[in-house]
Amino acid sequence: MCVAIPALIRSIDNDVAQVEIGGITQQANLQLCPQAKIGDYVIVHTGYAINILDQEEAKETLELFESIARVAAEEEN
Amino acid sequence: MKYASEFRQGRLASGLIEKIKRSSRTPVNFMEFCGSHTVSIFRYGIRQVLPETVTTLSGPGCPICVTANADLDRAIALAQIPNVIVASFGDVLRVPGSFTSLQAVRAEGADVRVIYSAMDAIKIAEDNPNKQVILLGIGFETTTPTIAASIVQAKQENLDNFSVLSWHKLTPPAMKALLDAGDVALDGLICPGHVSIITGSQAWEFIARDYGIPCVVAGFEPLDILQCIDMLVTQAENGEAKVEIAYTRGVQHEGNTVAQRLMSQVFEPCPAQWRGMGTIPDSGLKLREEFSSFDAERVFDIDPGPTREPKGCICGEVLRGVKTPIDCPLFGRTCTPESPVGACMVSSEGSCFTYHLYGGKNA
Ligand code: SF4
Repeated sequence: MCVAIPALIRSIDNDVAQVEIGGITQQANLQLCPQAKIGDYVIVHTGYAINILDQEEAKETLELFESIARVAAEEEN
Repeated sequence: MKYASEFRQGRLASGLIEKIKRSSRTPVNFMEFCGSHTVSIFRYGIRQVLPETVTTLSGPGCPICVTANADLDRAIALAQIPNVIVASFGDVLRVPGSFTSLQAVRAEGADVRVIYSAMDAIKIAEDNPNKQVILLGIGFETTTPTIAASIVQAKQENLDNFSVLSWHKLTPPAMKALLDAGDVALDGLICPGHVSIITGSQAWEFIARDYGIPCVVAGFEPLDILQCIDMLVTQAENGEAKVEIAYTRGVQHEGNTVAQRLMSQVFEPCPAQWRGMGTIPDSGLKLREEFSSFDAERVFDIDPGPTREPKGCICGEVLRGVKTPIDCPLFGRTCTPESPVGACMVSSEGSCFTYHLYGGKNA
């Protein structure tokens, strides 16, 4: 039920966006996420965007994982 | 950045697993509240890669599983009224009520339609002005704002043939009830990621503060869950209990305030009955007075009579984390996804379904 997936906003017409999910275009209602813009990735749940994904935060998290992996690899050697 | 494959890289997972193995000394018991987390944990084989000190336990976070038979029976009774269309998310159809299911009454002629979004139910109402459309409003905080949006839209459009049967439930009161019951001892809570997008991580603060249990909000990719477990292990080893977010790309402290406002504009808290946990105060949501003409409970006067629970099913204990599906004598024998006895075997995020899909007794 709580499944929600990242989708890229391609275009917006009033409250409704055309979003791309894994190459497939779908509609997403933006009423819960009115600040979303074209080019944003949003989390879509049952046809509604519920939040914008934060690219900076995502990058920082992945960098953190990289540094954890480096430390783990070093300790192994 | 596609926000998917990046968070599934095996090389990075190995690093996190190593880190968890190095830092975990004391045995800990973590609960994932959310059924979608259970699915990810099984799908990516996360239990198998964790050190023996770390145990994960499934919680009650499956809205379909926790819906009480009394509610299901009411929906089934409504579906049998002439000129009524029941609009429902897919999994609900197969859940057995006391005596039958929505799917079974549909096969006998009831008009039950599967929807993907609350917007679809509005469309059905617009297209069928001579019929009454009842949307089964099911779900936690993730879903509730979308249903609230549809109710506001129906009011704006003066749709007089649309109503909602609200089974919506709030997750923090359920977690509180579970902890107050005291039959599971938890060392950490894997907090639901998509619920927390709406509520904010703030919703879990009382658990860290009042119960001294570490709380970390997690996303649903394998690296998200490993990061969450790493953070929980660190807190537990350090004797800390605070709320952290392992899903910072999606969740903020304060949550989605637009969605929160919409939810409280349309709904107010009420007691709700949970399968396996009884009635929990302020854990349900009913439509506010000004939206009463869209409240199926008020539009239709239905008494489906006494309820009955499936014999031998221990769904309730599974939902409380007291037992696991393999403790159930019916699991995999008389109860399978093809012919489910209880709700936990129907929903694609029910614990019994997930255990069955990913290896049954070896899980
Ligand atoms: S295996 Fe079936 S009968 Fe047993 S608890 Fe799960 S749903 Fe109920």
